[in-house]
Amino acid sequence: MGHRLRGAAAITGLGMTPMGRIYGKSATELAADAVRAAIADAGLKKSDIDGLLINPGITGMTGGGIGLNLQNYLGMDEMRLVNHMNAAGSTAAQMIQYATMAIDAGMATHVVCVFADNPLKEGGSSGAAYGGAARNPSRPKGMAGLTAAAGYFGANTPYALAARRHMALYGTTQDQLGTIAVGQRQWATMNPLAQMREQITLEDYHASRWIIEPLHLLDCCLVSNGAVAVIVSPPDRAASMAQPAVYIHGMGQGHPGDHNAAGSDWETETGGRLAAKTAFGMAGIGPEDIDVCELYDCYTYTVLVTLEDYGFCKKGEGGPFVEDGKLGPGGSLPTNTGGGELSGYYMWGMTPISEAIIQARGQAGERQVAKHDLVLTTGNGGSLSYHAALVLSPYPGRS
Amino acid sequence: MADAPTEKPLPEPDEASQPFWDSAERGEFMLMKCSDCGAFRLPSRQHCDRCLSTEYTWERASGRGTVRTFGIMHQRYHPGFVPDLPYNVTIVELDEGPRLPTNLVGVSNAAIRVGMPVVVDWERHSDVTLPKFRPV
Repeated sequence: MGHRLRGAAAITGLGMTPMGRIYGKSATELAADAVRAAIADAGLKKSDIDGLLINPGITGMTGGGIGLNLQNYLGMDEMRLVNHMNAAGSTAAQMIQYATMAIDAGMATHVVCVFADNPLKEGGSSGAAYGGAARNPSRPKGMAGLTAAAGYFGANTPYALAARRHMALYGTTQDQLGTIAVGQRQWATMNPLAQMREQITLEDYHASRWIIEPLHLLDCCLVSNGAVAVIVSPPDRAASMAQPAVYIHGMGQGHPGDHNAAGSDWETETGGRLAAKTAFGMAGIGPEDIDVCELYDCYTYTVLVTLEDYGFCKKGEGGPFVEDGKLGPGGSLPTNTGGGELSGYYMWGMTPISEAIIQARGQAGERQVAKHDLVLTTGNGGSLSYHAALVLSPYPGRS
Repeated sequence: MADAPTEKPLPEPDEASQPFWDSAERGEFMLMKCSDCGAFRLPSRQHCDRCLSTEYTWERASGRGTVRTFGIMHQRYHPGFVPDLPYNVTIVELDEGPRLPTNLVGVSNAAIRVGMPVVVDWERHSDVTLPKFRPV
């Protein structure tokens, strides 16, 4: 007898807008485009939808992000489940988890989970949306002000600090991080939706400018405008809907807590360890059973540390593990097969989820991985602060 | 370090942290110590983050610690830091346990190492004195 939530729901619809430097639409309009596309993809009508979970990206903090009013904007009435959620980059996977639990509990039937963001402004830099405190004119209050006073800005800083500690403790090298960037770019060359489709070499990686050592520009994710919507449905209905069903076999979360707390090893051990235990336990599998990985990759380092935390290799051995190129096309552990957030598009947690759905359905064209029975997808947010995972499969999880 | 560029964002003391800044001016590194579980903390919360107790005393700390991790910043974020590029952003783990973001002084970027022992080196400004660190 398996876990009661194994196979309790399936992903039946996927809607995606164009990604990247696309202008002229608000985040709400982009979200509506993705929802419309997802409903059509699933072969449903708007009136079939009775759940809506909403996750804004960075514009949810900087202004203009999608909000609860998306329900009214879409003219959705008689809804049985609506919420606006935020656990940063882990939210997308979490929305699908809560949708699955709601469906299993009989509280909703077809739940739309949507992410939308449009931080890129015409003529503006891609980093402009994520600088945060650097543009705050007022003096930061109290001890929290030590951060800005140290010139600690943006999301790049904590990830550089984490990567540095891993390198110091375990001997992880810049080449090993670069191999991740090169492999993902190789995948991106085969993804029509990817923003960066020109092949790069390890030399290009080393030549790319430093952002904050040890992170080069090519260690860091893109910034994108766009939206992704996913529909979650009951498994018995999913089997006869328009698209090949993608069943949810496992789900888990892990949130390690304050970086500054004594004893925290947040830099080198993420919430992935706890999430893996729950998600693999629910699915009744181990890392050796996974065919394809779609891992949140805000930075190359995030991929490396996530692989360790899920047990694909031992703690500290992520560098040697990735260095033979096994994550790239033709490798033994195909990972971030659409180019990920580094080379594909940056839709927070929806980047790995969208590619996981495409691979699990067998619709990835040139980049399709032949064996895709079990696909792991992870979301990570904050500064390795929030983590959620899904194990997806084209096969029903319930007998 | 008294002539550090004034346009850098300086913390504004608040009620909870005022005793820290007052003692910093005297060159004393003060931490809150939980009266119930004994854990040290920076004055960033009203309670102990280990046991949630609100009872505490102020204790003078050693001002010593080690480099937990660091990065070398090349990106232009804040105009006040542009003259310093590339500069180190360092997390120091105090001997008493708490960690804080800071910068190392008196050491080249290339010579910084994780685990390096450091000691506080106060950087005085008009109404705050910042804890920077230098290698021991």
